[in-house]
Amino acid sequence: MSGGVDSAVAAARAVDAGHEVVGVHLALSRMPGTLRTGSRGCCTIEDSMDAQRAANLIGIPYYVWDFSERFKLDVVDDFVAEYAAGRTPNPCLRCNEKIKFAALLEKALDLGFDAVVTGHYANVVTDENGDRELHRAADWAKDQSYVLGVLTAEQLAHSMFPLGTTPSKAEVRAEAAARGFSVATKPDSHDICFIPDGDTRGWLADRLRAERGDILDRSGAVLGQHEGAHAFTIGQRKGLNIGYPADDGKPRFVLEVRPKTNEVVVGPREALDIAEFAGSRYSWAGLEPDYAREPFACEVQIRAHADPVPATAQLVDFERDGEHGTELLLTPDAPLGSVSPGQSAVVYVGTRVLGQCTIDRTVSAVPATA
Amino acid sequence: MPVYLDHAATTPMLPEAIAAYTEALSLVGNPSSIHSAGQNAKRMLEEAREHVAASIGADPIEIVFTSGGTESINLAVKGLFWARNSPLRGGRVSRPGPRPRILVPRGEHHATLDTVEWLEQHEGAIVEWLPLDELGRVRVDAVEAALAAHDDIALLTFLWANNEVGTIQPLAELVALAEAHSVPVHVDAVSALGHLPIDFAASGITALSISAHKVGGPLGMGALALARAATVEPLIHGGGQQRRVRSGTQDAPGAVAFGVAVRQPLLDHTELRDRLIAGVRSAVPEAVLRGDPVDRLSTNAHFTFPGCEGDSLLFLLDAAGVAVSTGSACQAGVPEASHVLLGMGLGEAEARGALRFTLGHTSTQADVDALLAALPEAYERAARAGHSDRSTTLGQA
Repeated sequence: MSGGVDSAVAAARAVDAGHEVVGVHLALSRMPGTLRTGSRGCCTIEDSMDAQRAANLIGIPYYVWDFSERFKLDVVDDFVAEYAAGRTPNPCLRCNEKIKFAALLEKALDLGFDAVVTGHYANVVTDENGDRELHRAADWAKDQSYVLGVLTAEQLAHSMFPLGTTPSKAEVRAEAAARGFSVATKPDSHDICFIPDGDTRGWLADRLRAERGDILDRSGAVLGQHEGAHAFTIGQRKGLNIGYPADDGKPRFVLEVRPKTNEVVVGPREALDIAEFAGSRYSWAGLEPDYAREPFACEVQIRAHADPVPATAQLVDFERDGEHGTELLLTPDAPLGSVSPGQSAVVYVGTRVLGQCTIDRTVSAVPATA
Repeated sequence: MPVYLDHAATTPMLPEAIAAYTEALSLVGNPSSIHSAGQNAKRMLEEAREHVAASIGADPIEIVFTSGGTESINLAVKGLFWARNSPLRGGRVSRPGPRPRILVPRGEHHATLDTVEWLEQHEGAIVEWLPLDELGRVRVDAVEAALAAHDDIALLTFLWANNEVGTIQPLAELVALAEAHSVPVHVDAVSALGHLPIDFAASGITALSISAHKVGGPLGMGALALARAATVEPLIHGGGQQRRVRSGTQDAPGAVAFGVAVRQPLLDHTELRDRLIAGVRSAVPEAVLRGDPVDRLSTNAHFTFPGCEGDSLLFLLDAAGVAVSTGSACQAGVPEASHVLLGMGLGEAEARGALRFTLGHTSTQADVDALLAALPEAYERAARAGHSDRSTTLGQA
C-alpha cells in the first residue's frame, strides 16, 4: 500500500473477496521525506501515514517492510548504471520485477502468505489448464500491463490485481470516496519515485561523471563537442549545438549514445526508424509459447504509454562478437521510431501479454552510407 | 485475548489510577486560580506532587511536572547545558560557553541522543560519547578518564536502566565519580521508575526524568526531579508556574493519576522473566540473550534471533496474537539496527534480529506460555524469509 488510491481500493476489494489481508507499505528509502511534494505519490512519511489510515478504515493490520537496500541495488543503482551504459531503463518495470514481485513476494510466501495484491491495472487470467496469463486492464487508458510484462508464470501465480476489471479510474476514485478513504482525491503519481523533484537529467548529472566528448555523424566524422554523453537520449534534436547545418540542410537527431568512447552519434530523422530490434534478456509472462521458435504475428509496445504496433516476433539463436545465446527478435511491420537499448519491448497477442525483452540492439531501417 | 508483552512501550493504566483520573477530570479549577475551585485543584495537585516526590525520595518542591519523559529529558539536558554555559551564552556555535562538553553513553534513548545532537549542531556542544561493554554497561573507566581529562564539562547524562536491553547501570559509582569533579548528573529513570528503588536525595543526582505511562499512570504526564541547588534554563516560558522552570497550566488530574500509580509496590517479575528467558532458549536454541544477565530489569528479556529480521518475528507473533517489540526506534516504520546493540559491539546483521519482551503489572504465566507456543513457528518462518537485503530467486528474467 503506497498511500495512493489504487492500492487502498485493491486492498479493500481483496478483503471483500474473502481473503485474509495484511497491508504492507514498502520502505524504499532509508531517509524518507516528511511531506509529499510535486506529483510523487509515494515514499514520504505522509504517504505511509495515508496508507496506514486506509488500512485502518479497511480494518486490516498494517506493517512497513524495509526493502531500501534491495531497492537501491536493483532499481536505483541499476537505473544509473543503465544510463551510464547509454541505455534508457524503465525503473518501474525493474521495481516490479525485482522488488514487488520478487523481494516482497518471496518474503511474503516465506512468512506464510499466498499472494501479493497490488493496485496495478492489469488482469491475471487462468486458462483451462490452470495456467496463468497476463492481460491488459479493461480500461486501456489506465492499463499497466506493460510494466508487469516482466512477470514470470511463477510470479503471476501469486499475484492479484483487483482493479484490472474496473471500467475506469474514476470508478476507483468514486469507490474510494464511498469507502471514506482520505486518499480518494489524491493526485496520481507520474514521476520516478526516487527522484524527488522530477528532474531526471539533473539527478543523473549529479551521479554520472560528465566529460567532454565528440559528436559524430554516421560516417565517424567529428561534427562538434558535447559536455557529457549521458545527457543525450536517442531521438533528441535540441541542444546539440553543432553550429552549422548538415550537408542536406535537414535537422540532425541523436541516433546513438556510446558511453564507452563518450561519443554521441547524430544523423537524419529517417535513420531513427528501426527495422528490427532484439533482446537476449527475455521472459514469458506465463508459459513459453510452443511456437516461439517460428516467426509469429504479434503487437509490440516499447514504452509504458506508447501505442502497440504490429510486428513479427521470433526466438532465435545468435552468435556475435564471440558471444552466443538466444534472443527475442522483433520486426515491426513498419519501421518504428524512438527505440532505445535498455527499453523493454513487451509482446502482446490481442489483450494478452506474451512476454518481453530488454532491448539490447537495434537495426536502423536506413543503413549508413559510409 | 491478545497477549501484551510490550509493557516497556506503555503499560495499561491501573484501574485505581483511572478511577482517580476520571474523578479529577470531572472537577473544575485551575491550580493557579485564587478562588476555592482553584484551591481545590491546587490541593489535589500538591498532594500528587507529594506522592510522586515520596516515591523517589525527593522533596515535593523538587518535582516539576512535565508532559512526559521526553520533555523531562529535554528540560534537564538543554536546561543544564544552557545554565552551565550562561555567562557567555550567545546560543551560537561560533561562541560556545565555558562548559560545552556533554558526557553521554552510546545506547541512550533517542530523547537524549537527539537532544544532545541538537545541542552539538546548534549550540556548540562538544559530545563525548562513552563506550558500552558487551552487556550494555557504561564503561566506568571511560567515564572516569573523561571526567579527569576535561574541566569544561556541562553535565553527565545516562540511562539508569536501558530501555531496550534492560541493563542496569552502576549508578552510585557513576554519580560518585561525577560528584568528585563537581559535574552535574542527569539520570533518565523512565524505565527504572516502579522497578528499582530510587532515593533521589541520597543519590547525589542533579536531575532525574520519569514518566507516568510506564508505571500505570496516564500518557502525557511526566516529571523532572530537580535538586534544590540545581539551575536549569526553562524550555517553556509563560505564567511562571513550577519554580518558573516549566510554565503552563498544570495538569492536576494527570498528576493525581500519576500520584496513584507511583504508590504501587515495585514490580518484581524476576521469576516470570527467568521462565520466559529459559522458555525462549529452549524453543529457539539459536536465540542469544542480550544485556546483562544479572543486573537487568526484572521485566525485560531481550534476544537476538540469528538469520532473521526482528520485524518479521514481530509481525508473525502479532498475527498469532502476541504483541512484542524490536526495541529499536523507527522512522516511518523503517526498522534500523539498534544503536544500543551496535554500541555493545554487535554487527548490523546480528542486531537486526532483535526482539524485546517486556512484562508489566498485568503479565501472567499464561502470557509467557502463549509467546512460547507461537515462537518456534514464527522463528522458522522468519528465518526462511531471512534478511530483507537477501537476494531473490524470483524475477531473474
